[in-house]
Amino acid sequence: MNYNIHDILFWGLSAMAVGCALGVILSRNPVNSVMFLILTFFAISGHYLLMNAQFLAVVNIIVYAGAIMVLFLFVIMMMNLNADVEPQKGQLVQLAGVISGGVLFLVILAAIKSASPIDVDKSASQIGLIDNLGKVLFTKFVLPFEISSVLFLSAMIGAIVIGKKEDTHVINK
Amino acid sequence: MLLLNIDTALIIEKLILIIVILLGSLGIAMYATWAERKVSAVMQDRVGPNRAGPFGLFLPLADGLKLFMKEEIIPDRSTGFIFVLGPCLAMLTALMTSAIVPWGPDFALSSGHIVTLQVADINIGMLFVFGVVSLGVYGVMLGGWASNNKFSLLSSIRAASQAISYELALGLSLIALLMMTGSLSLRQIVDQQHGFWQHGYFSWNFFKQPLGFIIFFVCACAELNRAPFDLPECDSELNMGYHQEYSSMKLGLYLFSEYINMFISSIIMVTLYFGGYNFPFMDKVAELIHNPIIFSFICIGALIGKAIVMILMFMFIRWTLPRFRYDQLMKLGWKSLIPLALANMLITGAVILWFFNK
Repeated sequence: MNYNIHDILFWGLSAMAVGCALGVILSRNPVNSVMFLILTFFAISGHYLLMNAQFLAVVNIIVYAGAIMVLFLFVIMMMNLNADVEPQKGQLVQLAGVISGGVLFLVILAAIKSASPIDVDKSASQIGLIDNLGKVLFTKFVLPFEISSVLFLSAMIGAIVIGKKEDTHVINK
Repeated sequence: MLLLNIDTALIIEKLILIIVILLGSLGIAMYATWAERKVSAVMQDRVGPNRAGPFGLFLPLADGLKLFMKEEIIPDRSTGFIFVLGPCLAMLTALMTSAIVPWGPDFALSSGHIVTLQVADINIGMLFVFGVVSLGVYGVMLGGWASNNKFSLLSSIRAASQAISYELALGLSLIALLMMTGSLSLRQIVDQQHGFWQHGYFSWNFFKQPLGFIIFFVCACAELNRAPFDLPECDSELNMGYHQEYSSMKLGLYLFSEYINMFISSIIMVTLYFGGYNFPFMDKVAELIHNPIIFSFICIGALIGKAIVMILMFMFIRWTLPRFRYDQLMKLGWKSLIPLALANMLITGAVILWFFNK
């Protein structure tokens, strides 16, 4: 029995991540689901920190917990969903959901099983620090990085175009 | 079985530092509420608080006592747990940022132990601030939603969209600064602004990034929900906004977290743009004093002094400008500040590339 702080944190965070992920799908109230999802992101950020990937950890918090989940919460608040108005799905839809989820699970399991573990000293690695990440992104992976930024730009323009459409007959100012 | 092999002295040092910072922020926030009333009184040609103690100095204590004594009401139709969680989150996120602020230069004790006046010098300092700021909206949002009141809900929706919109310009204005400093660590950013005059130019970032600072300041005002951006608690439209259903100390936590936020964001702005704990002729002062501990405390004093000037700026703005309309607020954020911040970023990049060739 020789646990160090790293192992304790790892198991604690893993339990938190799995528990909160279960909470997301099991809770009836959509707002509670969102809050569980936020906690899951925090647990995953904790895992990044354990691997000394500070940049990834904080960007995960900023982007997912700070922006995307706020929008989720926003929409749920606007729709005023409650536990008692939860729509009931038919048996067939439920069955289809179980099958497709199971297939995805199988694929992920197969991929993880065939992957060979690389033994790196996670707590001392410098890969996740911002300097290295920036260098790698702008030298080795510059083409995919630029292409994905063009993708984001087109998505933004698309959103503006869709949002503008109804605005023509509304009085400006 | 080895559990925690961390230096005990380090833990004690950090614990003391954390407690002092927390109590200090609470104290300053407390007296910021007093100062706000005094400033508003002076600006409106009134006397202001003058009953509790000399110059009304005990007013914050009386306020606190009143809030503690009030009856605690939790509305029947509210979502119990989240209703309580809201103010707690608001307070938590307000206090969290103080962890990475460098409060003063290091000094060595007589035993040779070096004391760092910063809770954690993390590699990603500035991004941590962004993380906490982006979480700050949850307190308002959850509280407003859980109250089950239409005004509260409207207010929390306003708060969320305002926070998200202004975070973008805030981040963009900061990128120009980070391009110059080349580091996210607040400690390094402060070290680069040593003294006041270096290499034939002002060393403080404000003189290198004036536009960036103005954008940052406006966005900070909006993130703090301070007037003229206090749309979420706009009393003429929404009664009291997101904290309408709150009473007793839960209301107190909401009101108080605003002042703590104001203090901490003033500290962050001073650290980023006005040299943090650096002050003019600091090297000469350090030579004169010899004692590094006293010098550190002078530095802390300089930091707090600059932050207080910044807080007074916030107050003058609040009692001078009328509130924006909601569409004006969105227009300012998206159509003025973001393009300005982008232009500032491009100009900074071009200058660095052509003149400094980093």
